[in-house]
Amino acid sequence: MSLWEYANPRRFMALTDRIVGPAFVLSGVALAVGLIWGFFFTPDDFRQGSTVKIIYLHVPSAMMAINIWVMMLVTSLVWLIRRHHVSVLAAKAAAPLGVGMTLVALFTGAIWGQPMWGTFWAWDPRLTSFLILFLFYLGYIALWAAIEDPDTAADLTSVLCLVGSVFAFLSRYAVNFWNQGLHQGASLSLDKEENISDVFWIPLLVCIAGFVLLFLALVLMRTRTEIRRRRVHAITIRERAT
Amino acid sequence: MIPDLGAYAVEVSLAYLVSFVVIGALVWSTLRANSKTKRELDEAEGRWRNE
Repeated sequence: MSLWEYANPRRFMALTDRIVGPAFVLSGVALAVGLIWGFFFTPDDFRQGSTVKIIYLHVPSAMMAINIWVMMLVTSLVWLIRRHHVSVLAAKAAAPLGVGMTLVALFTGAIWGQPMWGTFWAWDPRLTSFLILFLFYLGYIALWAAIEDPDTAADLTSVLCLVGSVFAFLSRYAVNFWNQGLHQGASLSLDKEENISDVFWIPLLVCIAGFVLLFLALVLMRTRTEIRRRRVHAITIRERAT
Repeated sequence: MIPDLGAYAVEVSLAYLVSFVVIGALVWSTLRANSKTKRELDEAEGRWRNE
């Protein structure tokens, strides 16, 4: 069976109908376990004190903010190359979730930064690229809203997505390019020496799994909503024509 | 049960509160839009079948 068969809206709706519910339940369980574990049952950091508990929200939301744009990039490319409507509707559906995740990452980062760096904000490479990514998300949503013809809107937003992907990758790798920023290096690493302690790492992984599952449930549900909205629009046009 | 957050209680609590509000708003808006379009599609298809 080919993946492209799910570009058919009916097949997509049938498949996702079975996935959304379990994804919601699993995300709720993972988030509850991860956040309760992290908040109540992990120690304070010897330098950062209790502010380390913000990591369970900040790191997963920042990871999602970047990866949602990457997902939008892939689905936009599928639209531009193969013209599958479900694909571009998935990108459209993901954008508000990306805004939310970027907002959480920026806010929790600022709240964490104030006691640790002495400031809520600095024009650090990672922070700045994240702010630009946030503005790209808003621009992407505004562009969809501004253009009436759905295919033209899909084309132009897909091109915007390609341009914005520079900042998504910059947000991810900024800490590797420039060392002079305030922001610390990546919290998670395959190198045991560089990775954070297991006592923080394991509940953080559970929280990341919870965020990924929540995104999966929400983006599938929102894509289903977009498909239904298109169908209502098509019926309304047919009614007007007859 | 509540951990002692020490000098950073306000910062940590605020980070959790705002994050829950934003994530809650995303979930709520998604569920609301889903049920609204489902109802609209049922109505539109009902009209279409009756014509």
